[in-house]
Amino acid sequence: MDLTDILFFVFAALTLLCGALVVANPFSRNPVTSAMFLVLAIISMAGLFVLLHAFFLAAVQIIVYAGAVIVLFLFVIMLLDLKEEQRRRIKLFGFVGGLVSVTAVLVISLDSLKAAHPGAGLPAPRLEGGTAALGKLLFTQYVLPFEVVSVLLLVAMVGVVLLSKKDLK
Amino acid sequence: MDWNFIIFSVVKIAIVVGVVQGMVAYAVLAERKISAWIQDRVGPNRAAPPFVERIPALGPALIRLGLFQPLADGLKFLLKEDFTPAGVRKAYFWLAPALAVIPSMLVIAVIPFGSHLGHQKMVIADLNVGILYTFGIVSLGVYGIVLAGYAANSKYPFLGGIRSSAQMISYEIAMGMSVIPVFLIAGDLNLSQIIGWQGRHGWLFLYAPVSFLIFLVASFAETNRLPFDLPEAETELVGGYHTEYSSMKFALFFLAEYSNMIASAAMMVTLFFGGWTLPFWGLDHPATSLGMGLLQILVFLVKMLSFMVLFIWVRWMFPRFRYDQLMDLGWRRFVPLALVNILVTAVVLWMKS
Repeated sequence: MDLTDILFFVFAALTLLCGALVVANPFSRNPVTSAMFLVLAIISMAGLFVLLHAFFLAAVQIIVYAGAVIVLFLFVIMLLDLKEEQRRRIKLFGFVGGLVSVTAVLVISLDSLKAAHPGAGLPAPRLEGGTAALGKLLFTQYVLPFEVVSVLLLVAMVGVVLLSKKDLK
Repeated sequence: MDWNFIIFSVVKIAIVVGVVQGMVAYAVLAERKISAWIQDRVGPNRAAPPFVERIPALGPALIRLGLFQPLADGLKFLLKEDFTPAGVRKAYFWLAPALAVIPSMLVIAVIPFGSHLGHQKMVIADLNVGILYTFGIVSLGVYGIVLAGYAANSKYPFLGGIRSSAQMISYEIAMGMSVIPVFLIAGDLNLSQIIGWQGRHGWLFLYAPVSFLIFLVASFAETNRLPFDLPEAETELVGGYHTEYSSMKFALFFLAEYSNMIASAAMMVTLFFGGWTLPFWGLDHPATSLGMGLLQILVFLVKMLSFMVLFIWVRWMFPRFRYDQLMDLGWRRFVPLALVNILVTAVVLWMKS
């Protein structure tokens, strides 16, 4: 086992652990703590990207998610009434329902992973951290999905503008 | 992993961190001295260890310059009582200063502060996505301030933290878009390659002046310096996010602010002012001898220090913006300007090719 393998296990374990602590932290029911663990989970995922030599993705992951999205989460959490959220008990129905759906998704994805032999027969990834290579792919092979995703963002933006307008004429 | 790489990296990290810490201490002194001169005062001119006075001629001059003031400041921060107010959220109260300092130190890792000394590249990590790394780390810096505001559990720091998070996110967008023309022109994200390009073609400041302007203003906002220091505006928020902090924890926020300043000065030098290059005396290509290497480090430091002086000068010359003016400038002036800048640069490059 060389250094990369050890680092992979460290980052993978950190991602899973922090991800679990986001939703089920036994020590604190403070939403800010959850948000901070989400940041840690995202940073360890960026670490996994680095191990795959996808430096661009790692950087974008941190800039977009850790740097902007979670800061907005914190912003919203801090402006809401935190006390009420902390006092709320976990309902049995919610707990059981969540457990069942997570197990179902896990079983399905494990089954399909087993059936699909991930990575077999594929050429090794050629995105050696290359921003240029990634950009070329986005503008040639994946141009349609890329544009569709941007239309999705546009729809969200239009929705926000519509909602924030006080009176519609 | 070869040992050579590890040893040289550790040495480089130790030296760079040491130099940055020292520069922070003396940047505070420079801030106090320059502010004193601007306001027609004298500034710190007393503190000195007892034996210095006895050095003939030189000693009193050094004391008048206040060269020993940073030592006194540091000692004071270390020895003062570390007071934790009742009612703060303990874990975050301890975490916030650390979260403020760590990103400000990490940013410096990708900045090439010289070409070569012997066979060693004078940069800690020569990343291919250098600039994106910088933006990623800078964007993490906001957590220190937001959590400080949240941890203090009182109104003024909270308002400071909220203001800061909104301000930093807004200006990050303008800042990120302002540098895109630089990469379009230079054709690389690697900071060493960008400096190499500038050595061959001239400084990027001449090719992308609008980018430089936006980057300069945005870096004032990102480092929470006047005229954009609303997170700590003392006339309205007492002290902003660090109101409840004292002693070493307060010093860490100070350290973070000044090392952010150093980092953004270094980024501006690297991106727009040719890094360690000078267009004459053969300093525009990587050094071949040890003396040249040292000279290029010196060139970089001098350029960086002049930007630090600019930061300090601006702080004492301009009044603070109002919060709505700040947001207006960020979103309605700089973001469209940066977009047009990208478009124009791309079209010009396309016509040329």
